[in-house]
Amino acid sequence: MNGPLNHATGVGLVVRGLRKNFGDQPVLNGIDFAVQPGEIFVIMGPSGSGKSVLLKHLIGLEAPDAGEILINSEPITAPEVAAKYRMALVFQSGALLNSLTVGENVGLYLTEHRLKPAAEIERIVLEKLTDVGLKDALHKMPSELSGGMKKRVAIARALVIDPQLILYDEPTSELDPVSAVIIGNEILELKQRIGVTSLVVSHDRDLAFGVADRIAFIAEGRIVTIGTPDEVKNFKDPLVQNFLHVEFQREH
Amino acid sequence: MFENIGEVVLLFWRTLLALPQAWRQRRKIYEQFFEIGNASLLMVCVLSFFIGAVIALQTGPVLVERSLASAVGGVVGIAIAKELAPVMMAILIAGRIGSAMAAEIGSMRVYQEIDALRTMNINPIHYLVLPRMVAIALALPLLVTFAILVGWFGGSVVANYNHRMEIPFLAFFSDLKTIVVLKDVGNGVFKSFCFALIIGAVSCHQGLTTIGGPRGIGRSVTKAVVNSIVFIVIFDYILTRFLQQ
Repeated sequence: MNGPLNHATGVGLVVRGLRKNFGDQPVLNGIDFAVQPGEIFVIMGPSGSGKSVLLKHLIGLEAPDAGEILINSEPITAPEVAAKYRMALVFQSGALLNSLTVGENVGLYLTEHRLKPAAEIERIVLEKLTDVGLKDALHKMPSELSGGMKKRVAIARALVIDPQLILYDEPTSELDPVSAVIIGNEILELKQRIGVTSLVVSHDRDLAFGVADRIAFIAEGRIVTIGTPDEVKNFKDPLVQNFLHVEFQREH
Repeated sequence: MFENIGEVVLLFWRTLLALPQAWRQRRKIYEQFFEIGNASLLMVCVLSFFIGAVIALQTGPVLVERSLASAVGGVVGIAIAKELAPVMMAILIAGRIGSAMAAEIGSMRVYQEIDALRTMNINPIHYLVLPRMVAIALALPLLVTFAILVGWFGGSVVANYNHRMEIPFLAFFSDLKTIVVLKDVGNGVFKSFCFALIIGAVSCHQGLTTIGGPRGIGRSVTKAVVNSIVFIVIFDYILTRFLQQ
């Protein structure tokens, strides 16, 4: 999914009629949505609603049973499209290679594809780690990092390819509120700085309403509603309202 | 055990096709090669010394009693070079290195590191499987050559010092030289090369198909070792038949 490196500009993404079954179990039941270039689009919904499976389809780790995914109106499955556009996925766990240092992880794409000389790769790695506030972690191993730091390193690794589309899988899960805000600010800053299109899958209400230009609410493999944060907040559906407003109730 | 043979063969074939990439992956091949040697050399020494010793101990007195003392060196030499060193070392490496390969690749699969490689257009076969296969295919024949020499030495020590044999070192090796030819050693080393490919392909396949968290990793490790050993024994017979022609 990674074309030649140059300055990033966001791409548009269209998903039409996407369906996927695992055995007899339907996971995606005809998903339709469109993301504008440079937009931060959040897909929100309860656990098990099909969010992560949808994300795997978008990055090409899963093949749909039916439907299509278009990037700038071109089908994602076409070989020339894979070479033309640069996409990156920030995994829920970070998915850093535990046998490599932080610096080696961030520079892995450039090193393995031999796109730059070693000194240039080192400079880019340091620049991207500085962008996410982790330049001091260059020589650390992933096991020495906190959950939030791992996710920021994963973002730095995604930035190395100058992505036109970044997909985030639950970027704030398992993080404390401060780290979650740092990650949210990172997503906003990337949009402002490089105009990248961001698609965020999350069940974190604060993150979704904090960063999204638009939100899609997904449940049982279907899109329930799509709209601006305010439109989704005011959408009169019991499932959506329950998800957005549910709180602990203590008996006094 | 046999249901995935097709997938293992396919993985092996894809790795063969990726061989031109080996030079690019030379650093990882060297690391894996060093890891295999470093982890196994001492065990290979101890194991092969005592295998040679026990073969001499089992066969020597029987042959000496029948006035066949001059055959002891040859029997020990042939048994170790053609059969025991390649098979026993392959089983040792399956347990020590095959398990590590399955565990490492399996945990990378479970913790989405392999998915991360794919999203970066990095082929896991080039990045993970090829260096391991090349390293083990180079390391095991070397270890087996070493094991043959140590095994012969172990046999000669027992033949020399055991009061029922008392065959001098020079006589032992002189007898060994009259019976064992270079082709016998070559057969053993060739077998070990084939066993190395079996261990590499089976273990990497188990790692790449791991599912289900830490328990799944444990299952993959067990399967990698057991399946490798079963295939080593089966292929040992097939290769022996082929090499006897």
